Order: sequence, then C-alpha cells, then structure tokens
Amino acid sequence: MSLKKKSANYISAKESREISKKNRKITKELEKKRNRKHIPEEEYITKMKNPENCVEFDNVHTYFFTDIGTVKSVDGVSFDVPQGKTVGIVGESGCGKSVTSLSLMQLVQRPAGQTVEGEIRFNSGDKVVNVVNAPASVMQKLRGNYMSMIFQEPMTSLNPVFRIGEQIDEVIELHNPEKSKEEVKARTIELLEMVGIANKEGVYQMYPHELSGGMRQRICIAMALACDPKLIIADEPTTALDVTIQAQILDLLRNLKDKINSSIMLITHDLGVVAEMADYVVVMYAGRVIEKGTAREIFKDPRHPYTIGLMNSKPVVGKKVDKLYSIPGSVPNPVNMPDYCYFKDRCNMCVDACDGAYPCEYHVSPTHVVSCYRCAEGGTANEQ
Amino acid sequence: MSNNDKLVHDPDNILEVSHLKKYFPIKGGFFGGVTGNVKAVDDVSFSIKRGTTMGLVGESGCGKSTTGRTILRLIDKTDGTVLFNGEDIGTYDKKKLRKLRTKMQIIFQDPYSSLSPRLPIGEIIGEAVREHGLVSKEEYDDYVTKVMKDCGLQEYHKDRYPHEFSGGQRQRICIARALALNPEFVVCDEPVSALDVSIQAQIINLLRELQEKRNLTYLFISHDLSVVEHISDTVGVMYLGGLVETGKTEDIFAKPLHPYTQALFSAIPMPDPDYKKERIILKGDIPSPANPPAGCKFHTRCEKCMEICKKEDPKARDMGNGHVVKCHLYDEK
Repeated sequence: MSLKKKSANYISAKESREISKKNRKITKELEKKRNRKHIPEEEYITKMKNPENCVEFDNVHTYFFTDIGTVKSVDGVSFDVPQGKTVGIVGESGCGKSVTSLSLMQLVQRPAGQTVEGEIRFNSGDKVVNVVNAPASVMQKLRGNYMSMIFQEPMTSLNPVFRIGEQIDEVIELHNPEKSKEEVKARTIELLEMVGIANKEGVYQMYPHELSGGMRQRICIAMALACDPKLIIADEPTTALDVTIQAQILDLLRNLKDKINSSIMLITHDLGVVAEMADYVVVMYAGRVIEKGTAREIFKDPRHPYTIGLMNSKPVVGKKVDKLYSIPGSVPNPVNMPDYCYFKDRCNMCVDACDGAYPCEYHVSPTHVVSCYRCAEGGTANEQ
Repeated sequence: MSNNDKLVHDPDNILEVSHLKKYFPIKGGFFGGVTGNVKAVDDVSFSIKRGTTMGLVGESGCGKSTTGRTILRLIDKTDGTVLFNGEDIGTYDKKKLRKLRTKMQIIFQDPYSSLSPRLPIGEIIGEAVREHGLVSKEEYDDYVTKVMKDCGLQEYHKDRYPHEFSGGQRQRICIARALALNPEFVVCDEPVSALDVSIQAQIINLLRELQEKRNLTYLFISHDLSVVEHISDTVGVMYLGGLVETGKTEDIFAKPLHPYTQALFSAIPMPDPDYKKERIILKGDIPSPANPPAGCKFHTRCEKCMEICKKEDPKARDMGNGHVVKCHLYDEK
C-alpha cells in the first residue's frame, strides 16, 4: 500500500524537466497570442445566448501548467448568471470555485494558469465581451466598473499603510478621472454610509488596523460597489467572520443588490449561506459542475450523490441525528483525473453505467441539470 | 451553579470552575507601568459531568479559548478556582502539574500550524507517551500503533511527515496526539473550523466515537452553533468574558432566554431556502474587553435594554432544569 501510493505521486527530476519544457512551449504560445499589440474587436466582442443574462460561462477550461503535470482546475464549466439574481457556487476547497471566478476577472496567475478553451461572455450593457480573449486594456475598463470582487480575507485585502478614505478614493478616481477631489470624497462618504458605517467621517481618516473584521469587510464591500458594478463576485465574503457579523454582512449584500440592481456570484462552502442568499445554485466537484438548478431544486430535491452527501454531512440546528453522514475517501489527485465519473470511487449509489465515460449533463427539469447516470432515465441528455 | 457560597464538590463532576478570572495587563505610559487590564475571562463559573460534552460558544474575542487554556493552566489565572476531580489544580507545583498533564489534553484549531514539520507522525504521537513513561519500552510501538488505528490512521503513516497529509488527516494526528496519553478531559479548541464540511463530519464522528469508547469529557469550544448543538450535552454562551447563559443543549436551543443568545441563534443560516424566520440583527461590534461597558456588558447592543441594565450587572438566575441566565429581564419583580 505504502509503496503503491508513493509511485503514483512520485515523479523523477528528468520527467519534471520534460514536463516543464513542454509547459513552457504551450504557455509561450498562449502568451504570444494574448500579448499581440492590436487585437481586432471581432475576436472578443460576441453576442449573449440569452440577453437577460449578465454572465454566461460556456464550457470554460482553466488549466495550471505545473512541473508535475497539468492541473485541470476548471474543466468544462457552463452556467449562467441572470441579471439581478444571486448565483451561489458551492463545493469543497480545491474544487475550482475560486478559479472559476478568477477566470471571469482574468486574474488567474499567468503564465502558469491559462484559460485554454471556452467562452465567458460578459454583458456590460451596450457590448458583450468574451473575457477569455479580451486584451488587458479592455479588461481594465471592465474590472471595477462593471464587475468587482469581494475577497475572503478582509484582514489582508486592505493596504495597511493607507487610510480607508484614500483606498476607496483611489478606485473612484481611477474609473472616473473627470471627477473633482471633492466629488470623489463625497462619493466615498456616501459609500461608507451605504454599507452601514455610522462614524463615516471618522472612518474615512482611519487606518485598516483600527477597524474590526466586520468593519473591514464593509470597507471591502464599499470599495467593490464604488462604481455601481453590474456583477459582484463575493468570494467567501463571510467565512472569516462571526455568525452575528455574518448576518449583518449578508443582510447588507441583499439590500445593496436590490438598491443598485446588480447580480451577485456568491462563492462559499457554507450551504446555509447559499440557501439564504442564492436564487440559483451551482455545485462543483473536482473542477466540474455536477449539479445546478434553482436553490429550491437543489436543497429540496438534490439528485447527485455528492450533493446529497454534502447536505447530510452538515449538522443542522433543530435536527437531531445520531451520527453525521461522512463522504468516504477523498478528492482524486488533480493531476491524473480518472476517465470515469470523478465521484465514482466515493459514491455509494453506483450503477453499472458508472464504469463508462464521465457522465454528460442530464436535465431533470428545465432548470435542474445533473451530471450523474442515475438521472439518465427520465431526463434528457445534453451533450457537452 | 454559580452561587456565591462555597463550591461543594459533586463526585459526578470532573471539572468545576468557579469565578475564574483572567486579566491581561496593558503596559504603557512613560515607565511602562500597567495602565489597564484586558478582562479576557471575567467571573466564569460552570461544571462538567464526567463523560459529557460541554459546548462553549460566542463571538471571536469573547474569551472562549482563554477560558479553555486557563483551565488547563497553559495560562495562569488571575483569580478563581478550578477543581479537577475535586482537587484545586491552581495550587499544584511543577511536579504535580506534570503528572496532571496526562489527564488533561487540548486539540488546537489549526492542524496546519500545530504539528512540528520536522517530526515524523509516530514521534509526534509517541513523544509524550515516552516522556511520561506511560508504557514500557517493549509495548511502546504497539501502543502508538493502536492509538493511531483508533483515530483512523494507518500504521505506515508513522514514518511520514505532517506535510504529506491533508487537513482532515492532520486533525486526526492532533487528536491521536492528545489521546495517546489516555486523558480524562480534553479541551477541543475549534477543532473543525478549519476543515471542509465533509471532513468536518468525519472528525465530529471520530470525536464522538472516541468519547464513547474511552469515557472522555470534552470542553468543545466553537463558534459554529450547529456543530455545538450536535456534539454537546450542555452549552455555555459567552459574551465579552462572561457566561451569559448555561444549560442543557435541548433547553437552550429550544428556548434561548438571554437576548444575546436569541440574536446569536437567529443569525444561524439554515440550509433550507423556504425557511423564514424573525432575524435579530445585532448592531455594531463587540465592545473592547479592555474597557467593558458598565452594568450588563451586553446593554450597548441589546434590543430589550432597560434603565437598570446600564447600572447593575445582572445576577445569575436559575430558570429550572439547570438553565442559568444572567439578564435583568428575568429578575423577580
């Protein structure tokens, strides 16, 4: 057992060198294509499939070319974020939920990380941009103005040597160079008030270390909202916070969403938070979407064994169980993914068909899509 | 429970804490004198019955972890008594304390930083066993293997190093290290908050299994209320260094009495999109423990604050069935 396990992970220096040489070749080509001086507009301006959507992820593949092999962090992810709705993305750590959102912002660490295939269409109102092919200059206009991100760690995502006011001012100045200093400050104060900070003039002058975790997260939210974005990506916005502060922040996000009519992409591993906030839920496992649908469909009628297992493994207040269900085994090695269903080895509901290729998406209802052979009958297949 | 009269030892109780206080001095000023105290733990009293689990919940910074560590004498207390098996461990000298260490253990929150990266797993788990001479040299290897198996680790893991393990496995190592000394009482300081949901379930199940097998007593510190409800027999709710409510888990979760407990419970997100409830959203942040508000410490954020709350610190009141609450709302009129 011990030897076998070692040989699966073991890689010799020679092999590693060969892999990195190959990787360099691939990434160099991709970078060359990306760094061209004048990228014609037709390469990145597209049309939405459904103009009601804010973002459409269409078969996105984001790979990391590492020295031990290619890690397929996001491997064929497709889902939509409708305008004015909240989409929750759930999954364990390492399942690719953060990389999905970083791909949308084009913030994946290059050159090792590359979105190699697929389209991410972002509806900015008058134009539809395919983020995957968009040049940096276009992305700069999109980020902050049309989409912005709230990060997990409010403790580390603020600069400790600048005052709060300066940090928010900077965002507004950068995106609205025509505004005067007074206008910018007025807007910052307005934002601080919007996120529920009572002592707004005082906080404007403070440094991040003078604020508590909940207050800092409010500042991060204020910064993200500075230019009224159409899409807010919240990457585990409340994981580092206490329940009472979490309730405050979630309440704030919900109210703000209605106020500026934007969409939220909420990334979290807390099923409770998702149930409370999201209209649609996407469940990810090992870089793929295994189930998606409306929040009610996912929580009332989960179909994929992983989703069912995840629901059962969380203790719920008011529901007494003797023993919590725990999903056996662990996530497969991201470098050598199996060619059958990724969840098969941990699944307790396997059927004969599971030995075959990775299951395609089956529609259980018009909005509820599951990647599992158990849903093959009754549902209609949707070839990827 | 927290009567002012002298504590009488009940043989059922493994641990009795009364009026425990821990102040951290703030040094400052020109001569570096003490200018104030951070009252991390301020007059906490409770007891735990043998073989049961007490959950300690509260926001970060309310003194949960400090309470756990002060009980173990990892930090020296400022005032109060801790009776372990009826003996005041505050008076123990070094030699006696060293013996006591095998009886009380702790599992830390972060399995990534609480294991030495330079020691193989077998040594991490077995070091204390050897130091305390719990088993003879011949039995040592078998003993470590047995403890590891109990905690869901394999024998061949012995020669590996912590970096080769995932978060869940590392937490198993931490549990094995604590249990190798065959303790009676274990402080679990947020043992599952750094882990994923599915791994969390494994660790919680393991802790409960071991409790049944070895008749362990846990003090389970956590801010995740659903986990605490699942694992605990009794619950203590802490706010700003003091216990505001204690009682049986069923009682507290079915009928929280203190306004803070009510707000805390209403903030739990439920994994059910149809679930609608009255949500009490607390305003503002927890006040600084260096300068706690006068009277009831919660009055600055309390919805039901009365005049008396701003002046007088409420007394603990037993509302029946061991459900103790500290709030002026329940004062006898």
